[in-house]
Amino acid sequence: MSGEKKAVVYVRLKEGVLDPQGVTIHKALLQMGYKDFLSVRSGRFFELTVRADGDDIDRQIDEVCARLLANPVIESYSVEKS
Amino acid sequence: MKFGVVTFPGSNCDYDAYAAVKHILREEVEFLWHKSHDLLGCDVVILPGGFSYGDYLRAGAIAKFSPIMDRVVAFAKSGGLVVGICNGFQVLTECGLLPGALIRNSHLRFSCKYVYLRVENDATSYTSACRKGDVLKIPIAHGEGSYYHFEGEIKKLEDAGQVVFRYVDAGGKVTRQANPNGSINNIAGIVNVEGNVLGMMPHPERAVEEILGSVDGLRVFESLRSSVTSTPAVG
Repeated sequence: MSGEKKAVVYVRLKEGVLDPQGVTIHKALLQMGYKDFLSVRSGRFFELTVRADGDDIDRQIDEVCARLLANPVIESYSVEKS
Repeated sequence: MKFGVVTFPGSNCDYDAYAAVKHILREEVEFLWHKSHDLLGCDVVILPGGFSYGDYLRAGAIAKFSPIMDRVVAFAKSGGLVVGICNGFQVLTECGLLPGALIRNSHLRFSCKYVYLRVENDATSYTSACRKGDVLKIPIAHGEGSYYHFEGEIKKLEDAGQVVFRYVDAGGKVTRQANPNGSINNIAGIVNVEGNVLGMMPHPERAVEEILGSVDGLRVFESLRSSVTSTPAVG
Protein backbone atom coordinates (compact mmCIF):
# COMPACT_ATOMS: atom_id res chain seq x y z
CA MET A 1 0.00 0.00 0.00
CA SER A 2 1.62 3.20 -1.11
CA GLY A 3 1.32 6.33 0.98
CA GLU A 4 -0.35 9.50 -0.07
CA LYS A 5 0.64 13.09 0.22
CA LYS A 6 -1.08 16.38 -0.16
CA ALA A 7 -0.26 19.38 -2.23
CA VAL A 8 -2.01 22.72 -1.88
CA VAL A 9 -2.12 24.82 -5.03
CA TYR A 10 -2.73 28.57 -4.86
CA VAL A 11 -3.84 30.26 -8.06
CA ARG A 12 -3.67 34.05 -8.29
CA LEU A 13 -4.32 36.62 -10.96
CA LYS A 14 -1.05 38.04 -12.22
CA GLU A 15 -0.14 41.53 -11.14
CA GLY A 16 -1.84 44.10 -13.32
CA VAL A 17 -4.80 41.89 -14.21
CA LEU A 18 -8.00 43.55 -13.04
CA ASP A 19 -9.73 41.58 -10.28
CA PRO A 20 -13.30 42.90 -10.14
CA GLN A 21 -14.19 40.52 -7.29
CA GLY A 22 -11.28 41.76 -5.18
CA VAL A 23 -12.20 45.38 -5.91
CA THR A 24 -15.82 44.76 -4.90
CA ILE A 25 -14.81 42.98 -1.68
CA HIS A 26 -12.46 45.85 -0.89
CA LYS A 27 -15.26 48.38 -1.40
CA ALA A 28 -17.45 46.35 0.96
CA LEU A 29 -14.72 46.38 3.63
CA LEU A 30 -14.42 50.16 3.38
CA GLN A 31 -18.20 50.45 3.64
CA MET A 32 -18.12 48.25 6.75
CA GLY A 33 -15.73 50.72 8.32
CA TYR A 34 -12.43 48.88 7.85
CA LYS A 35 -10.41 51.84 6.70
CA ASP A 36 -6.99 50.19 7.09
CA PHE A 37 -7.44 47.71 4.25
CA LEU A 38 -5.73 49.10 1.16
CA SER A 39 -6.66 46.46 -1.41
CA VAL A 40 -7.98 42.92 -1.85
CA ARG A 41 -6.91 40.40 -4.48
CA SER A 42 -8.97 37.24 -4.81
CA GLY A 43 -7.77 33.83 -5.90
CA ARG A 44 -8.48 30.17 -5.37
CA PHE A 45 -6.82 27.16 -3.92
CA PHE A 46 -6.96 23.42 -4.49
CA GLU A 47 -6.03 20.53 -2.21
CA LEU A 48 -4.62 17.67 -4.22
CA THR A 49 -4.16 14.23 -2.70
CA VAL A 50 -1.68 12.19 -4.72
CA ARG A 51 0.21 8.91 -4.50
CA ALA A 52 3.45 9.69 -2.73
CA ASP A 53 5.33 7.21 -4.93
CA GLY A 54 3.64 8.33 -8.17
CA ASP A 55 5.91 8.54 -11.18
CA ASP A 56 7.79 11.83 -10.91
CA ILE A 57 4.88 13.13 -8.83
CA ASP A 58 6.18 16.66 -8.34
CA ARG A 59 6.51 17.14 -12.06
CA GLN A 60 2.96 15.80 -12.52
CA ILE A 61 1.61 18.27 -9.97
CA ASP A 62 3.36 21.13 -11.74
CA GLU A 63 2.00 19.92 -15.06
CA VAL A 64 -1.65 19.88 -13.94
CA CYS A 65 -1.23 23.38 -12.51
CA ALA A 66 0.00 24.71 -15.83
CA ARG A 67 -2.38 22.73 -18.04
CA LEU A 68 -5.61 22.93 -16.06
CA LEU A 69 -5.71 24.60 -12.65
CA ALA A 70 -4.27 27.93 -13.78
CA ASN A 71 -4.58 29.84 -17.02
CA PRO A 72 -0.95 30.90 -17.56
CA VAL A 73 -2.06 33.90 -19.65
CA ILE A 74 -3.58 35.69 -16.65
CA GLU A 75 -2.80 33.59 -13.58
CA SER A 76 0.23 32.40 -11.64
CA TYR A 77 0.33 29.53 -9.18
CA SER A 78 2.35 28.24 -6.29
CA VAL A 79 2.41 24.79 -4.71
CA GLU A 80 2.86 23.84 -1.07
CA LYS A 81 3.73 20.21 -0.58
CA SER A 82 3.46 18.39 2.73
CA MET B 1 -20.90 23.56 -47.90
CA LYS B 2 -21.35 22.13 -44.43
CA PHE B 3 -21.28 23.69 -40.97
CA GLY B 4 -20.63 21.74 -37.76
CA VAL B 5 -21.87 22.84 -34.35
CA VAL B 6 -20.07 21.30 -31.36
CA THR B 7 -22.25 20.27 -28.43
CA PHE B 8 -20.47 20.20 -25.05
CA PRO B 9 -22.30 19.23 -21.88
CA GLY B 10 -23.76 22.60 -20.90
CA SER B 11 -23.82 24.17 -24.35
CA ASN B 12 -27.11 26.04 -24.73
CA CYS B 13 -26.77 27.98 -27.97
CA ASP B 14 -25.99 24.96 -30.13
CA TYR B 15 -29.58 24.72 -31.40
CA ASP B 16 -29.67 28.47 -32.09
CA ALA B 17 -26.55 28.21 -34.24
CA TYR B 18 -27.89 25.07 -35.92
CA ALA B 19 -31.23 26.76 -36.69
CA ALA B 20 -29.57 29.93 -37.99
CA VAL B 21 -27.52 27.90 -40.48
CA LYS B 22 -30.21 25.41 -41.46
CA HIS B 23 -33.36 27.54 -41.63
CA ILE B 24 -32.11 31.05 -42.31
CA LEU B 25 -28.84 30.59 -44.19
CA ARG B 26 -30.23 27.34 -45.66
CA GLU B 27 -26.97 25.45 -45.63
CA GLU B 28 -26.12 21.95 -44.47
CA VAL B 29 -25.31 21.64 -40.76
CA GLU B 30 -24.50 18.81 -38.32
CA PHE B 31 -24.10 18.61 -34.57
CA LEU B 32 -20.66 17.41 -33.45
CA TRP B 33 -20.79 15.59 -30.12
CA HIS B 34 -18.02 16.49 -27.65
CA LYS B 35 -16.94 12.85 -27.35
CA SER B 36 -16.64 12.41 -31.10
CA HIS B 37 -13.28 12.34 -32.91
CA ASP B 38 -14.75 13.21 -36.30
CA LEU B 39 -15.61 16.60 -37.79
CA LEU B 40 -17.75 14.85 -40.45
CA GLY B 41 -16.20 16.80 -43.30
CA CYS B 42 -17.50 20.16 -42.09
CA ASP B 43 -16.08 23.28 -43.76
CA VAL B 44 -16.77 25.48 -40.74
CA VAL B 45 -16.80 24.50 -37.06
CA ILE B 46 -18.86 26.56 -34.61
CA LEU B 47 -18.15 26.37 -30.87
CA PRO B 48 -21.44 27.65 -29.46
CA GLY B 49 -22.42 29.65 -26.41
CA GLY B 50 -23.46 28.19 -23.10
CA PHE B 51 -21.79 26.97 -19.94
CA SER B 52 -19.68 24.02 -21.02
CA TYR B 53 -18.95 21.77 -18.04
CA GLY B 54 -20.84 24.21 -15.82
CA ASP B 55 -18.12 26.84 -16.34
CA TYR B 56 -16.37 25.06 -13.45
CA LEU B 57 -12.80 26.16 -12.74
CA ARG B 58 -12.84 28.83 -15.49
CA ALA B 59 -15.20 29.28 -18.44
CA GLY B 60 -13.99 26.97 -21.22
CA ALA B 61 -11.19 25.43 -19.14
CA ILE B 62 -12.57 21.89 -19.08
CA ALA B 63 -14.06 21.90 -22.58
CA LYS B 64 -10.61 22.25 -24.11
CA PHE B 65 -9.86 18.66 -23.06
CA SER B 66 -12.93 17.19 -24.83
CA PRO B 67 -12.05 14.56 -27.44
CA ILE B 68 -13.58 16.66 -30.25
CA MET B 69 -11.26 19.58 -29.39
CA ASP B 70 -8.18 17.64 -30.54
CA ARG B 71 -9.77 17.49 -33.96
CA VAL B 72 -10.90 21.13 -33.84
CA VAL B 73 -7.39 22.31 -32.91
CA ALA B 74 -5.84 20.23 -35.72
CA PHE B 75 -8.47 21.54 -38.15
CA ALA B 76 -7.78 25.14 -37.13
CA LYS B 77 -4.02 24.64 -37.39
CA SER B 78 -4.43 23.34 -40.94
CA GLY B 79 -6.31 26.51 -41.87
CA GLY B 80 -9.89 25.34 -41.23
CA LEU B 81 -12.50 27.93 -40.28
CA VAL B 82 -13.41 27.83 -36.60
CA VAL B 83 -15.66 30.34 -34.89
CA GLY B 84 -16.22 30.49 -31.15
CA ILE B 85 -19.23 32.42 -29.94
CA CYS B 86 -19.41 33.50 -26.29
CA ASN B 87 -18.47 30.32 -24.36
CA GLY B 88 -16.90 29.15 -27.63
CA PHE B 89 -14.62 32.23 -27.57
CA GLN B 90 -13.65 31.31 -23.99
CA VAL B 91 -12.82 27.76 -25.13
CA LEU B 92 -10.66 29.12 -27.98
CA THR B 93 -8.59 31.32 -25.66
CA GLU B 94 -8.27 28.49 -23.12
CA CYS B 95 -6.95 26.08 -25.73
CA GLY B 96 -4.56 28.64 -27.15
CA LEU B 97 -6.08 29.03 -30.60
CA LEU B 98 -6.70 32.69 -29.77
CA PRO B 99 -4.55 34.99 -27.63
CA GLY B 100 -5.61 36.58 -24.36
CA ALA B 101 -8.29 35.63 -21.87
CA LEU B 102 -11.88 36.45 -20.95
CA ILE B 103 -12.32 37.46 -17.34
CA ARG B 104 -15.25 38.43 -15.12
CA ASN B 105 -17.24 41.42 -16.35
CA SER B 106 -15.88 44.48 -14.57
CA HIS B 107 -19.28 45.16 -12.97
CA LEU B 108 -19.56 41.49 -11.89
CA ARG B 109 -23.06 41.10 -13.35
CA PHE B 110 -24.29 38.77 -16.06
CA SER B 111 -25.17 41.02 -18.97
CA CYS B 112 -27.89 40.09 -21.48
CA LYS B 113 -28.82 42.80 -23.98
CA TYR B 114 -28.43 44.11 -27.51
CA VAL B 115 -25.17 45.94 -28.17
CA TYR B 116 -23.64 47.65 -31.18
CA LEU B 117 -20.47 46.36 -32.81
CA ARG B 118 -18.30 48.17 -35.29
CA VAL B 119 -16.61 46.11 -37.97
CA GLU B 120 -12.90 46.94 -37.66
CA ASN B 121 -11.58 44.58 -40.32
CA ASP B 122 -13.65 43.58 -43.34
CA ALA B 123 -10.91 41.49 -44.93
CA THR B 124 -11.61 38.34 -42.86
CA SER B 125 -13.58 35.23 -43.76
CA TYR B 126 -16.11 36.33 -41.15
CA THR B 127 -16.71 39.89 -42.28
CA SER B 128 -16.42 39.84 -46.07
CA ALA B 129 -20.16 40.67 -46.31
CA CYS B 130 -19.57 43.81 -44.21
CA ARG B 131 -17.63 47.00 -44.77
CA LYS B 132 -15.14 48.45 -42.36
CA GLY B 133 -17.01 50.85 -40.09
CA ASP B 134 -20.39 49.11 -40.43
CA VAL B 135 -22.29 49.01 -37.15
CA LEU B 136 -24.06 45.73 -36.35
CA LYS B 137 -26.75 45.26 -33.70
CA ILE B 138 -26.13 41.90 -32.05
CA PRO B 139 -26.96 40.69 -28.51
CA ILE B 140 -24.58 39.63 -25.75
CA ALA B 141 -25.32 37.26 -22.85
CA HIS B 142 -22.36 36.61 -20.57
CA GLY B 143 -20.82 37.07 -17.14
CA GLU B 144 -17.19 36.49 -18.12
CA GLY B 145 -16.66 38.40 -21.33
CA SER B 146 -14.13 41.04 -20.45
CA TYR B 147 -11.32 40.63 -22.97
CA TYR B 148 -7.93 40.89 -21.35
CA HIS B 149 -4.36 40.72 -22.52
CA PHE B 150 -1.14 42.51 -21.62
CA GLU B 151 -0.50 45.93 -23.11
CA GLY B 152 2.17 44.87 -25.58
CA GLU B 153 0.06 41.97 -26.79
CA ILE B 154 -2.98 44.22 -27.27
CA LYS B 155 -0.84 46.52 -29.40
CA LYS B 156 0.24 43.57 -31.54
CA LEU B 157 -3.41 42.55 -32.05
CA GLU B 158 -4.41 46.09 -32.97
CA ASP B 159 -1.46 46.61 -35.32
CA ALA B 160 -2.10 43.32 -37.11
CA GLY B 161 -5.79 44.10 -37.62
CA GLN B 162 -6.81 41.12 -35.49
CA VAL B 163 -9.49 43.10 -33.68
CA VAL B 164 -12.52 42.40 -35.85
CA PHE B 165 -15.40 43.78 -33.74
CA ARG B 166 -15.45 46.55 -31.17
CA TYR B 167 -18.28 47.64 -28.85
CA VAL B 168 -19.55 51.06 -29.90
CA ASP B 169 -22.63 53.23 -29.43
CA ALA B 170 -25.45 53.30 -31.99
CA GLY B 171 -23.55 55.98 -33.90
CA GLY B 172 -20.43 53.84 -34.19
CA LYS B 173 -18.35 55.68 -31.60
CA VAL B 174 -16.12 53.82 -29.14
CA THR B 175 -17.23 55.02 -25.70
CA ARG B 176 -16.87 53.75 -22.16
CA GLN B 177 -20.67 53.51 -21.85
CA ALA B 178 -20.83 51.30 -24.94
CA ASN B 179 -18.44 48.82 -23.38
CA PRO B 180 -20.68 46.24 -21.65
CA ASN B 181 -18.03 44.31 -19.72
CA GLY B 182 -14.80 46.24 -19.32
CA SER B 183 -13.00 44.68 -22.30
CA ILE B 184 -9.71 46.38 -23.11
CA ASN B 185 -10.11 48.79 -26.05
CA ASN B 186 -13.82 47.75 -26.26
CA ILE B 187 -12.72 44.51 -27.96
CA ALA B 188 -15.70 42.27 -28.78
CA GLY B 189 -14.15 39.87 -31.30
CA ILE B 190 -10.71 38.89 -32.58
CA VAL B 191 -9.13 36.57 -35.15
CA ASN B 192 -5.85 34.69 -34.94
CA VAL B 193 -2.86 35.91 -36.94
CA GLU B 194 -3.76 33.60 -39.84
CA GLY B 195 -7.35 34.89 -39.83
CA ASN B 196 -9.09 31.51 -39.90
CA VAL B 197 -10.15 31.42 -36.22
CA LEU B 198 -12.65 33.96 -34.88
CA GLY B 199 -13.81 34.45 -31.31
CA MET B 200 -16.59 36.86 -30.41
CA MET B 201 -18.61 37.37 -27.24
CA PRO B 202 -21.80 38.65 -28.97
CA HIS B 203 -24.22 36.12 -30.46
CA PRO B 204 -24.69 36.52 -34.24
CA GLU B 205 -26.92 33.41 -34.29
CA ARG B 206 -29.43 35.27 -32.12
CA ALA B 207 -29.76 38.11 -34.62
CA VAL B 208 -30.85 36.42 -37.83
CA GLU B 209 -34.57 37.28 -38.11
CA GLU B 210 -36.50 40.54 -37.80
CA ILE B 211 -38.69 38.99 -35.11
CA LEU B 212 -35.57 38.54 -32.96
CA GLY B 213 -34.85 42.27 -33.13
CA SER B 214 -32.05 42.29 -35.70
CA VAL B 215 -30.79 40.44 -38.76
CA ASP B 216 -27.26 41.81 -38.52
CA GLY B 217 -25.83 38.53 -37.24
CA LEU B 218 -26.62 36.96 -40.58
CA ARG B 219 -23.77 38.98 -42.11
CA VAL B 220 -21.26 36.81 -40.25
CA PHE B 221 -22.85 33.62 -41.61
CA GLU B 222 -23.13 35.07 -45.13
CA SER B 223 -19.47 36.08 -45.01
CA LEU B 224 -18.54 32.52 -44.05
CA ARG B 225 -20.57 31.10 -46.90
CA SER B 226 -18.94 33.31 -49.48
CA SER B 227 -15.47 32.53 -48.07
CA VAL B 228 -16.01 28.79 -48.29
CA THR B 229 -17.68 28.75 -51.67
CA SER B 230 -15.03 31.00 -53.21
CA THR B 231 -11.96 29.13 -51.87
CA PRO B 232 -11.00 25.46 -51.95
CA ALA B 233 -11.89 23.50 -48.83
CA VAL B 234 -9.16 22.78 -46.27
CA GLY B 235 -8.73 19.99 -43.76
